[in-house]
Amino acid sequence: MTDATFPAAATKGRSLWADAWNRLKANKAAMVSIWYLAFMALICAVGPWFTPHDFTTIYQDYTRVPPSLEAYPKPDAIGLAVKDAVKRSRLSLGGWKEKDGKIFITVTSAKPIDERVTRYIDRSDVFKNAQVADKSPDGLKMTMSADIKHEYFFFGTDNVGRDLLTRTLIAGRVSLAIGLLAGVVAVVIGVLYGAISGFTGGRTDEIMMRIVDVLYSLPFIFFVIMLVVFFGRNFVLMFLAVGAVLWLDMARIVRGQALSLKRQEYVQAAEALGVSPCGILLRHVVPNLLGPVVIYMTLLVPQVIILESFLSFLGLGVQEPMSSWGVLISQGAKNIPSATWLLIFPSFFLTTTLFALNFIGDGLRDALDPKDR
Amino acid sequence: MLRYVLRRFLTAIPTLFVIVTISFFLMRVAPGGPFNQEKGLNPVIKANLERVFHLDQPLWKQYLLYLNNLLHGDFGPSYNLPDFTVAELFADGLPISIQLGGSALTLALLLGGLLGIIAALYQNKPADYAVIATATAGSTIPAFVIAPLFQLFFALTLKWVPVGGWGDGALINKVGPVLTLMLPQLAIVARLMRGSMIESLRSHHIRTARALGLSDYSVVVKHALRGALLPIISYAGPAAAGLLTGSIIVESIFSIPGVGRYFVEAALNRDYTLVMGTVVVIALFTIVFNLVVDILYAVVDPRVRYD
Repeated sequence: MTDATFPAAATKGRSLWADAWNRLKANKAAMVSIWYLAFMALICAVGPWFTPHDFTTIYQDYTRVPPSLEAYPKPDAIGLAVKDAVKRSRLSLGGWKEKDGKIFITVTSAKPIDERVTRYIDRSDVFKNAQVADKSPDGLKMTMSADIKHEYFFFGTDNVGRDLLTRTLIAGRVSLAIGLLAGVVAVVIGVLYGAISGFTGGRTDEIMMRIVDVLYSLPFIFFVIMLVVFFGRNFVLMFLAVGAVLWLDMARIVRGQALSLKRQEYVQAAEALGVSPCGILLRHVVPNLLGPVVIYMTLLVPQVIILESFLSFLGLGVQEPMSSWGVLISQGAKNIPSATWLLIFPSFFLTTTLFALNFIGDGLRDALDPKDR
Repeated sequence: MLRYVLRRFLTAIPTLFVIVTISFFLMRVAPGGPFNQEKGLNPVIKANLERVFHLDQPLWKQYLLYLNNLLHGDFGPSYNLPDFTVAELFADGLPISIQLGGSALTLALLLGGLLGIIAALYQNKPADYAVIATATAGSTIPAFVIAPLFQLFFALTLKWVPVGGWGDGALINKVGPVLTLMLPQLAIVARLMRGSMIESLRSHHIRTARALGLSDYSVVVKHALRGALLPIISYAGPAAAGLLTGSIIVESIFSIPGVGRYFVEAALNRDYTLVMGTVVVIALFTIVFNLVVDILYAVVDPRVRYD
């Protein structure tokens, strides 16, 4: 007798999903993409609450300012803002100086000055807390003090003076939510339709698939535009509708899977053993369908986001003041060359997100369907 | 073969009929009409207009009327672009769109095919990775991002090409639109070509050809390529049919007077005849190109026979 030692217990079997997970973890591009997408979703979801501006607030004194890490106003802009505010108050500017983040403006007039003119200074986006600091006895000369309001526009502002950073994040929220929403709608309809068609078979299958064929041959863009016409420009309804259009591929994939699953020996064996149809469905069919469905869903979400951006680009999708990446890119495209940042930032956000989604989709396909490698 | 082509044309008729019918009624149940403007037209004038265009008649009568006109090759007048018939609008715009789309697809097939072959021959080497990276970028970045970026760099910064416009078909004006239309297609073609070429190079007849001492060129071009072409052909058919709808964005960004803009404008203005015209034209494109693909199959792969 040799006394070679054997493992006491049989090695624990690895499930298909654990296997897939291990393969996915080994795929660097997919893992980086997952983290990137999670990060993108997080900053889009909570970011708008932490940025210094609201996405609808209009800063009239800061229209189309370029992105900058330094605070606005820039030194030369203060002088302009002072002149502008004084002009509105119909007084003559005597001079101004800046000290410790406060500004002192001296104004003169032929008539006695009303102290309420400080509100003209407050009305500017650049100053706040304007007060009368000093007034000559005859009331013809007055010095006002005001705090300089510092504003940060890391991504610059758009044509009407709204903060692009906040708008890009809000847009991401809308685009991602729509992608997910329409993606889920398409998958649910597609899976139900395809599964019913595939498992029932026969005449029902024939008729259901002919309907899909006819819908396929309709020009897709026509279909979408008709839906927009129907639902008006209510974007939630519209993207439910877009989801309802995109289910065709899903239905075909699921039907094909269902047809081949039905004839698998293990399914027939389960039937012969008297397993209930419900049991077969849960134990054998659903787990086998899950792979293609998950893969298709990750590839569907970017399609929906592109479609949404496409429609918004044409002015048919999300409407102002709400925003989506497509809306922003469309505005950016109209404003080159004078304001390139309006195009660059939203394009970067959209493109990197699409890349991440595609890498995750590819990674999942490799992980769940190793025979295709 | 001739019988097959004839049969395919005959089966296309019911398909076309179903598409026309669905589109007609889908469009007509949508609220609004071509003469419901925001300002509001004088009701008498509106009634007159509707009578002239038979819009006051019951829907089924209008449908039959439209079918009848269509069978006689009459697409009707455009409601919102006065003085033009739908046929005239297409006669002006279609050649431009076809020219752009055709050049883009041809370039995509040639360049994409070449890139795919290179990637397959140098599988898992730097050249292969470069092609894959290009293909991923090309198929991921949407046209409405590429087109303005192209304008920004090549037209406004470097001033190599004009920003937009058709310029009576000057070559320099076509660079931007053709490139933007080409890139996503090139990406798909390169990927398909790479995949099918790798498979083709592994097959038995290639091993035989190599064993017989044929030159690399002869093995790749004469033997492997032919077997690898089928997936490309089946992609090119729908792609050619999709040229028209694919040009909406590109034509609007580069201000090209093609037919792309009609798709959106017509549907929004309820320009019924123009909408139906575009639907019919797209459907015809789809049917014709699918047929061309099936015939090409038989040319490339002699095992495919249609009897």
